[in-house]
Amino acid sequence: MPHLPSFAPARPEEILLPVKPWFVMLTLILGLIGNLIPVSGVTLRLQPDFLALVLLYWCIQEPRLISVGMAWCLGLLMDVADATVFGQHALAYAVLAYAAEYFRRRVLRFPLWQQAAQVAVLLLFCAALVLLVRVVGGAPIPRWTYAVGPLVGALLWPVVTTLLQWPQRPRRSQAEV
Amino acid sequence: MRHISVEPPPFFHRGPSPLARLAFFGLLSLALLFADTRYRYLESVRHAVAVVLYPLQRAVQLPAEVLAQVTSYFSSQAALAEDNAALRQQLLSEAPVVQGYQLLLQENARLRALLNVEKRFQGATTAAEVLYSGRDPFTQKLFVDKGESAGVQPGQAVIDEVGVVGQVTRVFPYMAEVTLLTDKDHAVPVKVERSGVRSVMYGAGSGRLPELRFLSPNVEIQAGDKLLTSGIDGTYPSGLAVAQVVSVERETGQIFARVTCKPLAGVEKSPHLLILGRAAAPPQRPEEPAESDTPRKGRGRHRG
Repeated sequence: MPHLPSFAPARPEEILLPVKPWFVMLTLILGLIGNLIPVSGVTLRLQPDFLALVLLYWCIQEPRLISVGMAWCLGLLMDVADATVFGQHALAYAVLAYAAEYFRRRVLRFPLWQQAAQVAVLLLFCAALVLLVRVVGGAPIPRWTYAVGPLVGALLWPVVTTLLQWPQRPRRSQAEV
Repeated sequence: MRHISVEPPPFFHRGPSPLARLAFFGLLSLALLFADTRYRYLESVRHAVAVVLYPLQRAVQLPAEVLAQVTSYFSSQAALAEDNAALRQQLLSEAPVVQGYQLLLQENARLRALLNVEKRFQGATTAAEVLYSGRDPFTQKLFVDKGESAGVQPGQAVIDEVGVVGQVTRVFPYMAEVTLLTDKDHAVPVKVERSGVRSVMYGAGSGRLPELRFLSPNVEIQAGDKLLTSGIDGTYPSGLAVAQVVSVERETGQIFARVTCKPLAGVEKSPHLLILGRAAAPPQRPEEPAESDTPRKGRGRHRG
């Protein structure tokens, strides 16, 4: 009788099962829902961009399933949901998807905490890009709390990775246990 | 001898390279950004996508609503009784004002009839609840649970129990977006209650206090003065409390005084809001004489 895999990040030598496209879609929708949670005040400042995290994970793990164009479309959806200017999230997600495809081999070599540091740089870079574009467009410069969301997102990276790769981990047979 | 091609064989071909895609979608985003900030061409697209997103948004809000209802159901009887007593007390203390108000209304109507002035239009008001505050860190907005279906229109003023909160800027079928007083460059025409000086209050963005611009240093204003809407723009009805002056700096080297004010209403805190009906359409703006050199005055409307 197969056992469920333990809830821990996969070891580097472990070979993951192929991912199911519906699972990718489901997690992206869950990420979108996570972004739609109505919060305000301090929680709002701490809230990371869940959709960006999930997107980044799939872009790194399965670049064949998620392309730059798809990331861009999800960004447009987020633009409407957040009532931001059209193209703001779209630009950030497209850059994120491209950066993920460019850096994926490097990121995957590291243990999760060091991956999180690299993810922090990626997320902060996207945030800075959005800041630049908006400020050029005439928006005021936001407070320093603007950088908190991406950092919280990076801290959540190990959790997101563990959660999302759990269904892909091979089930161990009774003999192995 | 031919060397081996570096390109992948055609059956592995996956469309244009990621960099090409990034360039394409990046430029498209920039074009969209420009079109949306500058011209607002894309409101209908936004409307359509918002309708698709609405069920998802409601689904996310449902647990919080259920939780709030359950908590209110189990809220202790003592707390309710206390609340009730406080509200009765408040009602009583405001009774003279309310009763006098009726008298004043009648008197006002009679005087206006005598003077042949048009009646003041009292539009229908809509009570609304805040769904969530906007997540865009560059703007100050919030979303309320009443929209087109409840007759809300863009441009309506939004108040809470103390004063003006902001203005409806976008209306979706079942919700509306309210731009707050504190949003950058959101302008409200105000007058000082004590001296009657008119000015326009501009929001300054998140975490900064709104200010009155272009007031000469000798103007009759001081810290602690209350600002009311002047009603000049036709968007905000006159006489609503807006803000209190926090500081007035009159530097000799400057042409204008620096006046900062603090909104009275719980701009980012009030859970319950009232959307005021539109006042009767303001009279047409007089034709501007062609090629006159009179300075154009700011209209005090939110850029939109």
